[in-house]
Amino acid sequence: MQTESQSVPADQLATLFRQFLAVESVLSREEERRPYECDGLSVYRQLPLLVVLPETVEQVQRVLRICSEHKVPVVARGAGTGLSGGALPLADGVLLSLAKFNRILGIDLQNRCARVQPGVRNLAISEAVAAHNLYYAPDPSSQIACSIGGNVAENAGGVHCLKYGLTVHNILKLEIVTMEGERLTIGSDALDTPGFDLLALLSGSEGMLGVIVEITVKLLPRPEAVQVLLAAFDDVANAGDAVGKIIAAGIIPAGLEMMDNPAIRAAEAFAQAGYPKDAAAILLCELDGGQQEVVTQVEQVKTVLQDCGATEVRVAASAAEREKFWKGRKAAFPAVGRISPDYYCMDGTIPRHQLPKVLAGITALSEEYSLPVANVFHAGDGNLHPLILFDANRPGELERTEEMGGRILDLCVAAGGTITGEHGVGVEKINQMCHQFSSATLQQMHALKAAFDPAGLLNPGKAIPTLHRCAEFGAMHVHHGEVPFPELERF
Amino acid sequence: MIQQNIAQELAAQVQQAFAGKQPLRITGSGSKLSSGRAVSAQPLEVTKHCGIVDYTPTELVITARAGTSLQTLESVLAESGQMLPFEPPYLGKDATLGGTIACGLSGPRRPYAGAARDFTLGARIINGRGEILSFGGRVMKNVAGYDASRLMVGAQGTLGVLLEISLKVLPRPVCEHTLIMDMDTGTAIAVMTQLANFALPLTAACHLPATPQQTAQLYLRLSGTEETIMAAVTFIQKQLQKEQQTLSVTEKKNGDGQADAFWQDLRERRLPFFTDANRLWRLSVPPATPVFTETLPGECLLDWGGAQRWLKTDAGADTVQAAAQKMGGHATLFDQEGATLAPLSPALIKMHRQIKTAFDPEGILNPGRLYEGL
Ligand SMILES: Cc1cc2nc3c(=O)[nH]c(=O)nc-3n(C[C@H](O)[C@H](O)[C@H](O)COP(=O)(O)OP(=O)(O)OC[C@H]3O[C@@H](n4cnc5c(N)ncnc54)[C@H](O)[C@@H]3O)c2cc1C
Repeated sequence: MQTESQSVPADQLATLFRQFLAVESVLSREEERRPYECDGLSVYRQLPLLVVLPETVEQVQRVLRICSEHKVPVVARGAGTGLSGGALPLADGVLLSLAKFNRILGIDLQNRCARVQPGVRNLAISEAVAAHNLYYAPDPSSQIACSIGGNVAENAGGVHCLKYGLTVHNILKLEIVTMEGERLTIGSDALDTPGFDLLALLSGSEGMLGVIVEITVKLLPRPEAVQVLLAAFDDVANAGDAVGKIIAAGIIPAGLEMMDNPAIRAAEAFAQAGYPKDAAAILLCELDGGQQEVVTQVEQVKTVLQDCGATEVRVAASAAEREKFWKGRKAAFPAVGRISPDYYCMDGTIPRHQLPKVLAGITALSEEYSLPVANVFHAGDGNLHPLILFDANRPGELERTEEMGGRILDLCVAAGGTITGEHGVGVEKINQMCHQFSSATLQQMHALKAAFDPAGLLNPGKAIPTLHRCAEFGAMHVHHGEVPFPELERF
Repeated sequence: MIQQNIAQELAAQVQQAFAGKQPLRITGSGSKLSSGRAVSAQPLEVTKHCGIVDYTPTELVITARAGTSLQTLESVLAESGQMLPFEPPYLGKDATLGGTIACGLSGPRRPYAGAARDFTLGARIINGRGEILSFGGRVMKNVAGYDASRLMVGAQGTLGVLLEISLKVLPRPVCEHTLIMDMDTGTAIAVMTQLANFALPLTAACHLPATPQQTAQLYLRLSGTEETIMAAVTFIQKQLQKEQQTLSVTEKKNGDGQADAFWQDLRERRLPFFTDANRLWRLSVPPATPVFTETLPGECLLDWGGAQRWLKTDAGADTVQAAAQKMGGHATLFDQEGATLAPLSPALIKMHRQIKTAFDPEGILNPGRLYEGL
């Protein structure tokens, strides 16, 4: 689905917008548009034609109607922390920022939910209800900055999602505006709605089906007790084994994270979390629940860890120490950012038992490309974040990094996993989609998009590759001697 | 025939129907016929496509073909101390996994653990063109492409024939206790609302209306380790005292046949409340919704901590629908015609039609099962 932009001059478009938007809400000068040229994946940059910052739903509808009428593509943007280029602007498109939608509209303590605007920061929701002993469960590491609208669009996860679920499990209702400017209510204040589960479909749809203008999130009561264990291993495989054994013991930890040696060293240098620097891997295991329950589970988990060959097991002695254990993990990305000029964060998910094999594969690739890798792993749910260290100033290194990243994702798919666990496909992993899904499945996804956006104007070119793109990409990467997408003519 | 061929064979049948614009009625064991509207079309038999494809308990994921009997699936999970957390209603002993997911029904544990859709990770389907497609995957976290697998849950076969489904599973709790106390509806709603503010190991909460033989009662189920439950029981009793609810609580321990049967009968809609109803409403509403007998007179049973209310009323359909909508929810009518879902807004109906067309351009898959024209 190609957009045929009729390239309305930017100033003409700006004039149309200024009829109902304040002057400072339509950004047209280059220096004003510059801050919007990329999201968290800054290796891709593109200045948008215009930036608009509406503040009412009605204004969003009008912006979209005008863009529809003039066939101008639109990219929605939350906080711009996305890591796959989902909010990357289009040269001939309008960037629609939801930043001014930053209000919490209502908190319903009786039914434990909150109605919020899309630009509200993830953490702000938990802060607003903390006095009532409630919180919003999904906690991406970017939670101080990322927006709840962006979380829905990416179906964001966090370190607690093994037990408490992803964004899709923690929302009740959305208000969306379609590219044609029509407002739809999706979901309800009850636990379900009749008809198709559009709430699930919108979650993780990367801003391609509709612009989310309001979200009703579920709130959970805080657990009575929390405890964190830190275990060191001299062999990554043992750490991986321990993860499976904890789960086999019938325990679902609130969080279960793994870091390998390069990640441990970087995090320790940055955050002084007291991590054992020579360990091959560490596991952080958070348990929550009733007081006594947690005490018992800590003992159980300790035994499992020791039986799996942990060289050291520490139980946080205080809330402060618990924070400290987490501090290193939560700072892992910036920590790696400090030891290398640039890093590239991958996001595959694998069946957990495949971990040793996939890690060995990553090590081999790291040697082949001469690019170091630090691994951070949401071990509980199999979501792997290899961070490839590189220097974009060295000619060709970014390209090699991207190629290596692509091969890591291929490893994940071959292991029965997926190319993205929580960061989305965006522009970054669009080629790998051709490996994970058949052409018929991709076509079906395009048809689904067309049901919401027949003209293909909302965030076009992201997430779902065209078959032509796959054919071109496939021509470069022939697998097992088979030509992918045989139904397409070669060019 | 090997399973691969069965899938191909089914796809061929759909292709043929697509070419001939011949509607199909997807048929499993027939246990959930009353969960939608009747479809009159040529049957497409799917139960032969069965068997577990992949199950590694420590991955907490099971993949099975849609024709697999729910009973088989649950007993395989039980052998490894695991379960389907959404406690699916069978509504017939031969219920299949495919029907369970297609209807998207969830049992008493739903508000505490999640619904069928929440545990669905991936699906292989045949669309209305007879193409075999795969969405999602077999891992717990996956945002590659649109989440069309969860879209299949509750679509009742109108978007695709389910071939294979991957589900997240969880460990089975070691103990389960049931607390039973005499209580009127209003108080029960207040108590359930109050308790929901604490992270308790609650896994079901149901209120039964009074009958000539029995006063109204609140049933609470707690699951976890023995000590977790004991602590929770003490806590709950303290809370009840605070609310001046100094009443007697009957506690039924793990494996108590009567308590287990109660929750099963609730899940299967087999309690006496259900058996004498030939016109039954299901209201899905925010859990703390107050008693509504003034607007909707009749007998009401509360499940899901108040979020699912079964109502026997003489009020007219429009009155019930309007009331449910005003409460922030919706209502479904179960009668001889099967299930009639709440009407959708014109904008939503249009979107549903477009999505239907995207998957099933000739409208041959279970036409009319959810709504007229879908
Ligand atoms: C240091 C760091 C750590 C991170 N850790 C995690 C993590 O632990 N887990 C995780 O899941 N992610 C993580 N992320 C990724 C990122 O924070 C999430 O993807 C987040 O959900 C993006 O939110 P945003 O508001 O920044 O969205 P943006 O980046 O602005 O947009 C992301 C996508 O959503 C669309 N979008 C945004 N708002 C709307 C809307 N209102 N309506 C429709 N579409 C919209 C955009 O078009 C785009 O496609 C991390 C990022 C960083 C930088």
